[in-house]
Amino acid sequence: MSQPQAATQAGTIRVPRSEFLDKAREGGIIYPFILLFIVLAVWKGSTFYGKTNLLEILDQQSATLIIAAAGTMVLIAGGIDLSVGATYALCQVIAMKIAISGNPVAAILVGVIIGLAVGAANGVITTFFRINSLIATLATSFVITGGAALITGGNLITNFSATGFANFARTQFLDVTTAAWTMIGVVIILGVVLSRSIAGRYMYAAGSNAEASRLAGVRVQWIKLVTFAISGGAAALGGIIDSARVLSASSSNGGTALTFTVLAGIVVGGTSILGGEGAIWRTVIGVLFIAMIGNGFTLLGWNPLYEQITLGIILLLAVGGDAWSRLRTT
Amino acid sequence: MPDAEPSLQDAHVELKDISKSFGGTRALEGVSLTVGRGSIHALVGENGAGKSTLGKIIAGALTPDSGQLLLDGEPVRFHSPRDAIARGVILIAQELAIVPSLTVEQNVFLGVEPRQAGFQQRRELRRRYRELAASVGFELDGDAKAGSLRTADQQKVEILRALSRNAQLIVMDEPTAALSRPDVEALHAVIRQLAGSGTTVVLVSHFLGEVLELAGEVTILRDGRVVQTVPAAGQTEESLMAAMLGRSLDATFPAKHPAAADAPVVLSVRDLVAPGVAGVSFELRAGEILGLAGLVGAGRSEVARAIYRANRVAAGTVSVVSDGKQLTVTGTPRTALRFGLAMIPESRKEQGLLLDRPVTENVTLSSLVQVSRAGMVRRGPERRRVRDMLTRVDVRGASPNAPAATLSGGNQQKLLFGRSLLRDPRVLIADEPTRGVDVGAKRAIYELLASLTGGGLGVLLISSDVEEILGLAHRVLVMRGGRVAAELTGDGVTEAAILGAAFGTTERGA
Repeated sequence: MSQPQAATQAGTIRVPRSEFLDKAREGGIIYPFILLFIVLAVWKGSTFYGKTNLLEILDQQSATLIIAAAGTMVLIAGGIDLSVGATYALCQVIAMKIAISGNPVAAILVGVIIGLAVGAANGVITTFFRINSLIATLATSFVITGGAALITGGNLITNFSATGFANFARTQFLDVTTAAWTMIGVVIILGVVLSRSIAGRYMYAAGSNAEASRLAGVRVQWIKLVTFAISGGAAALGGIIDSARVLSASSSNGGTALTFTVLAGIVVGGTSILGGEGAIWRTVIGVLFIAMIGNGFTLLGWNPLYEQITLGIILLLAVGGDAWSRLRTT
Repeated sequence: MPDAEPSLQDAHVELKDISKSFGGTRALEGVSLTVGRGSIHALVGENGAGKSTLGKIIAGALTPDSGQLLLDGEPVRFHSPRDAIARGVILIAQELAIVPSLTVEQNVFLGVEPRQAGFQQRRELRRRYRELAASVGFELDGDAKAGSLRTADQQKVEILRALSRNAQLIVMDEPTAALSRPDVEALHAVIRQLAGSGTTVVLVSHFLGEVLELAGEVTILRDGRVVQTVPAAGQTEESLMAAMLGRSLDATFPAKHPAAADAPVVLSVRDLVAPGVAGVSFELRAGEILGLAGLVGAGRSEVARAIYRANRVAAGTVSVVSDGKQLTVTGTPRTALRFGLAMIPESRKEQGLLLDRPVTENVTLSSLVQVSRAGMVRRGPERRRVRDMLTRVDVRGASPNAPAATLSGGNQQKLLFGRSLLRDPRVLIADEPTRGVDVGAKRAIYELLASLTGGGLGVLLISSDVEEILGLAHRVLVMRGGRVAAELTGDGVTEAAILGAAFGTTERGA
């Protein structure tokens, strides 16, 4: 095509961006993560970096990582799910009830299916009824928690003889618990789906610009609904893993504390709460970073109250840093 | 012209050797110019030539890296738009900064509302608003919600706001880019009036006709440097364009090759009724560029959106003819795409692009299935397709991994063409495909459209730029009030006929 030279010149002129800031933002949480790891390793030696401690962290964070990986998809697609803590409790209570009276496999399956259904319901409410997902999932979280409490009558359900159910979380394979293996599997699958599949592309697209995506032929509502369903299913799986580990379940487990820990991990990892940007590997780093802070406080024998304060400050820094770099680069 | 000849001795703003870089990119280099008090001074150049940057520096929205800014002969250094406003210099940016939920008068006095003990004095606000509006002759309901106004009226709100801050110098960045013809005329009158009453106007504009009509002096920029500052009187659009591009443009539009009269119909619209559309029927043939002209609000974009099923359709049928079969389009944009329709929407930033996402993802968004297996995107084939498509639509110098936001307006628009063309559509609806795009990119898009019709694509072209319709369309439908007011063909396609039908001064088409 015979093209005026000027077109090329105009074409190459870009909005100025700082390369350093871009790189810092790209790497994000990974530098503080490595730094904290080194500090703790030097300070506490093998008490910290020993296999026992690190595998313990991994096992403890299984549920959080599963839920946060799914939550990353919700955020990227432009939503937010505040009901995961409630779904976590509801599904562990139901699974435990079933495990008491029978088959542990049925307990797990039914629990996860109910989680998926709860998530799908959240999705329907936020997409087809167009209720802001923040408010919608806040509302449903009350409903779900109430439902869980009705089932348990407010009591702790225990069944210390259900060893079959316990095997779901406690079995060790190559020194790693099944809880952690399940988490690793789920995180990898969700990570691949998000970064490599058509559905993953649509999630980013829906969160980046919903109207443009719709006009480009993306079923925005549907894809958002799917992310909520996955989030509900993940919350259920997380709840079941944790209840299988201790063979007890309660409607007061999880709750807002879990919801906020999950969100903190996602955001500290660098996934944007505005949608369209982020990644599951980031969330893994973010969740483990927060877990490592907790572990560090325990190993050093520091007052855990300061842990909360530290976490709050880190969260602010993460969000503030992101906002600041956006301001500078766009 | 109502404004007095600006006496150049009375310099309002003087720039001396201004340079500005962003990262590694030089936006301005050694720019010097003088703007006379009470004059209209235009800054022209391609996108990226530095004219907007220069306007922002004058208004304090950007600080220069080096050089001097003299205001009334006195060196100043603006650190923020606030500093500049304090000295009577105000920028009206391309993206308007109004609060849609507040009324016109609240917007005008936003931040400087008359108040007593912390409470707004509504009556005093109203009195001041009426006084101000009357002083410039604007008839604008102060009680109306600013968000409900047309863009032209929103622009008036911004101008009034500037005046309420005692602006002596207003920098306007592409004030007419989003306006329809009569609104442009109205705004031109306002600008002349401002200059006539002693306000200096620095006008950043793509529209050379407008520049020649309004400005006393024109500064032409190319690649961040001043080519020349000349009185507008001796210039023509051609001479300005030649100076901007550094060479002369022989023809702005590619040669027309109208579709044969017996070319097959590819799109047929019957009695279409939808929001803003009150019964529209027409046919589009293979290889034809059908222009859809009319004033803003006449229902052009609404027709496009209804055909593409972006808006709900109340009645009527849209059918696409493919391989001799007539298929009725139903459903959503997703299904419209499947029927062989593609649309480049009116606002590339709001309706078109995923600005934060890479170029590649923007281009393949509508056709991921083509580059996937078992639901997984195959990166290699995707990369190849994108590379080929970027070459075809002439996006050069952009990395496929760069966010779409980092591209120039012209390249962004070409990405949307690329996205549509990957679907290999039978019908392409292009809604304002060259809005806010520089001269070079415009030409590239014109040539692309012409070459596409050569391949048998039917194009429905919507444009507020009458020149563009005249230069490209083989046949023109002029819309008014949600209906087709006239159909113009052959020699009947003239500016007078289009405007006549758009305004309703002639009842019949040619």
